[in-house]
Amino acid sequence: MYRTLHELRGFGKRAHDLFLQNLVKGTTHLSLGQEAVATGFGAALQPDDYTFASYRGHAHSLARGMDPGAAMAELLGRENGILGGKGGSMHLTDASKGMMGSYAIIGAHLCTANGAAWSALMRGTDQVAVAFFGDGTTNIGAFHEALNMAKVWSLPTVFVCENNLYMEYTPIDVVTAVEHPAAGRAAAYGLEEIMIDGNDPDAVHLAARDAVERARSGGGPSLIEAITYRSGGHSRADPGKYRPPEEVGAWAERDPIPLYHARLLSLGVEEERLESIQEEVAQAIDVATEFAKAGAEPDEGSLLTEVYADGGSRWRN
Amino acid sequence: MAELTYREAVAYGIAQEMRRDSSLVILGEDIAAAGGVFKTTVGLLDEFGPDRVRDTPISEQAILGAAMGAAMTGVPVIAEIMFSDFLAVCWDIVANEIAKSRYMTNGQVSFPLVIRTANGGGVRFGAQHSQSVENWAMMIPGLKVVAPSTPEDVVGLMAASIRDPDPVVFFEHKALMGTKAEIPDGEIVAELGTAKVLREGTDVTIAALASMVPRTLDAAERLQQDGISADVIDVRTLVPLDTRTLLSSVEKTGRFFTVEENPRLCGWGAELVSIVAEEGFWNLDGPSIRITTPHIPLPAAASLEDLALPSVDRIYETVCKSVESGGGA
Ligand SMILES: Cc1ncc(C[n+]2csc(CCOP(=O)(O)OP(=O)(O)O)c2C)c(N)n1
Repeated sequence: MYRTLHELRGFGKRAHDLFLQNLVKGTTHLSLGQEAVATGFGAALQPDDYTFASYRGHAHSLARGMDPGAAMAELLGRENGILGGKGGSMHLTDASKGMMGSYAIIGAHLCTANGAAWSALMRGTDQVAVAFFGDGTTNIGAFHEALNMAKVWSLPTVFVCENNLYMEYTPIDVVTAVEHPAAGRAAAYGLEEIMIDGNDPDAVHLAARDAVERARSGGGPSLIEAITYRSGGHSRADPGKYRPPEEVGAWAERDPIPLYHARLLSLGVEEERLESIQEEVAQAIDVATEFAKAGAEPDEGSLLTEVYADGGSRWRN
Repeated sequence: MAELTYREAVAYGIAQEMRRDSSLVILGEDIAAAGGVFKTTVGLLDEFGPDRVRDTPISEQAILGAAMGAAMTGVPVIAEIMFSDFLAVCWDIVANEIAKSRYMTNGQVSFPLVIRTANGGGVRFGAQHSQSVENWAMMIPGLKVVAPSTPEDVVGLMAASIRDPDPVVFFEHKALMGTKAEIPDGEIVAELGTAKVLREGTDVTIAALASMVPRTLDAAERLQQDGISADVIDVRTLVPLDTRTLLSSVEKTGRFFTVEENPRLCGWGAELVSIVAEEGFWNLDGPSIRITTPHIPLPAAASLEDLALPSVDRIYETVCKSVESGGGA
């Protein structure tokens, strides 16, 4: 998990650098500071489990094993991107790794995660589906509809709210009727109230293991609220100035990476070993960046591919 | 008066109306303290306070439901749906409730209501944040549909939309937010249902909307150099539609083109072309041609998105080819 934390952090920072160099166009939603959630869950899932992420999906995709070079190339809109440049930052998907997509419309993917979970039941597999989303998402109808259906159908869906205290620029408490946007509503759907430290990969991993195990063994859905913080703004254009500096400072003290580093040392892991992991990851990010930059612009013909299942876009004779 | 950007014009236009009518309120996600994600509501909270400028949860159905309820009981409302793609999330309220209630109740209730939303592509946001969806709204009876292309029209058409007793879906174009223009002093109020002839010509009529308007003007400039003189019409409002201006232009030129961002099928260009075919057929010297995005979702990569949207080159070339061949594109 130490390695994954660094991979996610390194990827996010590099994506930011590339944006500053005007190589990443459009928008990106980084999860710097929130890496422990994707990391803890990534380690708890089987390769054939399903993940559904929001537009803030880089970390969840990488934690499921998406190739970082192909992911980076996608951010750059290159032909060698995981989606050939068609999807971009907000839509990272790698179905071969169970990463069933990143969705840019708030709430939709909670409902579709239920569908994947239901399909696992119908096909008689023990796969589970995990949906990641933010605190702001708990206020849209789809959240409530998804939880209710998951519970009454006893679906193997794990709903993971990453509560980073803000929707976009508005503090979550200004627009939410309960103090804990997810946990505070669990009872309404007959679910246990689960709140965890989203900056502690071990705590996340334990909660993930329990919830995934429950889902896999027929125990139905769970709703987990992981309290965390994004160290940057909401999206590339946002410096995050609306947040009080004391708050930003206090959370910087709780950055998951140094904390986890200290824990591993205290458990007797050697500093050298951690350093070598860091170096390997740094190299891998450089390799991914070079791979991405070396990619060609997408072929013009690809504009008209994959609209329909025959691979094309033809709609008339 | 000073120059305003398109995005500043939105807040300016809303403020003009909020000063005039103290009952007018605005609601939406991140519109108050944050000033809107496109910075189109900057300053409104400071001037009008949190009772009239309200931040909402991410709850599009609740936003438009509340807007509808308030409007039908006497409080005029402006509601923001951040990106027009998200209209799909609350489409029941728009298409089944707001649009139809006046009719279903035989005129008992009225909807002084503006739904504002950022529409269109060109900013590399990918398929779920770049759609042009004005055609979604155009096909629902009961809605009016507005899509300005200049800062002055933003202010004038905003005023007209707010003062209109019917529900108006007001499409602000993302790719135009930074464009700037001088706007006149004093109160600016345009009229819905009036297209604007931006350039007079004799050979072809080209009708465009929103971000396609400046591109069409550029293309017309190039056509002029080739000796093809174009009437360029900014349609401005799709409902009500100013067919008189379109038909009389075609009567003069005999050739009709539309330029729209929508994917190929069922865009507003198809409607305009069929109106011209039905009512102006005998004035036509050749087929009418729609210049559109292909029938695809918009890709994220810059190179692909540029290829997808009608470009100045494509507009120019399509018109040239059609005029030269005397036939289709
Ligand atoms: C239906 C819909 N409404 C609004 C938005 C615009 N939007 C994008 S992200 C966001 C805030 C989401 O906050 P949260 O759920 O807390 O997730 P976080 O960004 O913190 O991960 C909003 C309002 C959207 N994408 N979809």
